[in-house]
Amino acid sequence: MDNVILEIKDLKKYFPLANGKTVKAVDGVSMKLFKGETLGLVGESGCGKSTIAYTVVGMYGATDGEVLYKGTNLAAKGYKRTLEQKGEIQIVFQDPGSSLNSRRTIEKSMEVPLDIHDKMPKEKKQERIESLLEMVGLPKEYKNKMPRNIGGGERQLVSVARALATNPELIILDEPTSALDVSVQAKVINTLIDLQKQLEISYLFITHDLSLMRNVATRVAILYLGRLCELAPTAEFFRAPLHPYTQMLLSSIPVATEEEEAIKPEQIISQGEIPSPVNAPKGCTFHTRCKDCMEICKTKPPVMVEVGPEHFVCCHKYAEKSEGQGRPEEC
Amino acid sequence: MRAEQKETMIKNWYKFSAGGVSVLGLAIVLLIILLAVFAPVIAPYPEDAGAVVKFSESSLAPSMQHLMGTDTMGRDVFSRLLISLRSSLLMGILVLAIAVPVGFVVGVLAGYFKDTWIETVLMRIVDIFLSVPALVLALAIAAILEPNLKNSMIAITIMWWPWYARLSFGVASSLRTENYIVYAELTGAKLSHIVFKEFLPNTFDQILTKMTLDMGYVICMGATLSFVGLGEQPPTPALGNMINDGVKFLPDMWWLAIFPAVTIIIIVLGFNLLGDGVGNIFNVEGK
Repeated sequence: MDNVILEIKDLKKYFPLANGKTVKAVDGVSMKLFKGETLGLVGESGCGKSTIAYTVVGMYGATDGEVLYKGTNLAAKGYKRTLEQKGEIQIVFQDPGSSLNSRRTIEKSMEVPLDIHDKMPKEKKQERIESLLEMVGLPKEYKNKMPRNIGGGERQLVSVARALATNPELIILDEPTSALDVSVQAKVINTLIDLQKQLEISYLFITHDLSLMRNVATRVAILYLGRLCELAPTAEFFRAPLHPYTQMLLSSIPVATEEEEAIKPEQIISQGEIPSPVNAPKGCTFHTRCKDCMEICKTKPPVMVEVGPEHFVCCHKYAEKSEGQGRPEEC
Repeated sequence: MRAEQKETMIKNWYKFSAGGVSVLGLAIVLLIILLAVFAPVIAPYPEDAGAVVKFSESSLAPSMQHLMGTDTMGRDVFSRLLISLRSSLLMGILVLAIAVPVGFVVGVLAGYFKDTWIETVLMRIVDIFLSVPALVLALAIAAILEPNLKNSMIAITIMWWPWYARLSFGVASSLRTENYIVYAELTGAKLSHIVFKEFLPNTFDQILTKMTLDMGYVICMGATLSFVGLGEQPPTPALGNMINDGVKFLPDMWWLAIFPAVTIIIIVLGFNLLGDGVGNIFNVEGK
């Protein structure tokens, strides 16, 4: 498809440790994000999902690989992002307590992107801030409040409104709801979905909450120890998960109704702990916990293969079935 | 909005006065400021601030004519004390007006660029200043320069800014990874925005508290320099040189040294109590 807004190619991000070892936080991830869609990037703590987010948004440089935004490699060595690109790619952070300056009013915080990207007279700026607040469903009087006087969910909505101020095309949502109460989560999520419909923004939605993705994501990507395991359209992903890790994750989602119970896969008890990204297992990184581990898994890393339309899996179990179709690079 | 502001003010006053003595501090500071501003009007013998000699009234003990007595030249101590408050307060204000912004900018930049050469250079300079005892440094600087009020201010400013640099460094280095700072960077904010719009509001409380406390100490330091002859030069009165003149005549003419000395104590006490109250408003702990 041509309407790719962001393409990550074999992205690697290593962090050197003081003892000479390296943390391979992201170790060769490739994926595409299409215009107007939500790509859910799911994984356990420490799997590198936030590292990908921060690399895309420009907090870190990449160790290797490309981050192509509208065809421009943002991760190229020495590349400086233009002001336009900084405005078009925005981020909403996980912690609503730290994303707004506690000593400045909501209005002052929201002026930050406006002053940089869209200089305008004071009165117009006021109007713009009020309309942005209304877009995320907050009363415009909120602009005079201090962050400590509003709730966590509302602060998160302010962060979203602030991100919208620069007319972004891509918003990185770094676990935007995981610090919130469930009741408030729903409001934030609904607001995000509505905004996407209105404004055709693409979301890279980072989360560890797989069940949330069922309602939000267009496609879901599963990350394990810095590598992608599976990438599929949401419906396909929940209907027929292929990677053993995905199956394990899906089977561990708690269910509330009988209806859900019926479609829930048989519970697979996870074995062992997540290995450290400093010392990742050889071969397939998941083989130490995999229920279907084969001999080849312990020595040879699997490659990403397309098993169905837009459904990619990185597992030796499916490698033979689609011989020749596989992407050349490792996943 | 108006009602909210009023509410905040009431809350702040409650926190401020909770310590009790802070109100006394505020009263002392206001009184000192009023006395200094209106000194030429209040002083019974304003001309005594200069080189006046009245042998007929020389060395008189405190009385209704001369509330704090007169010195060996026959000048009214009370009038000279009031006039000297002006240069003392001016010194406190000017020294902090220069030391605080300089220290703030240096400290915030060092904190923001923590773990880079910028931090190393800036903070080592700060350390060098802080490693020399403050008074010795001020004495040395004031002695190199021509002894007068302006140069004593310069000397005190040079030794005072590193404290604010260290204070701001602490705040900035702990805040620099906060998401709102990161957000501002990622969106393309200039360094000046980050320093003055993001860091300044967060450092403001601690700086204001420290400034209030420091006013007293700066005045005390100024008096020390003037005591050893490196500040305001006679015949212009200053708290320090008045004490210096007076100690020669202790204990017989006790009023010459005791009144200026007590004035210094009251000034320092006043600003200290006020500073404690200001710190209570912002929940800033001690110094």
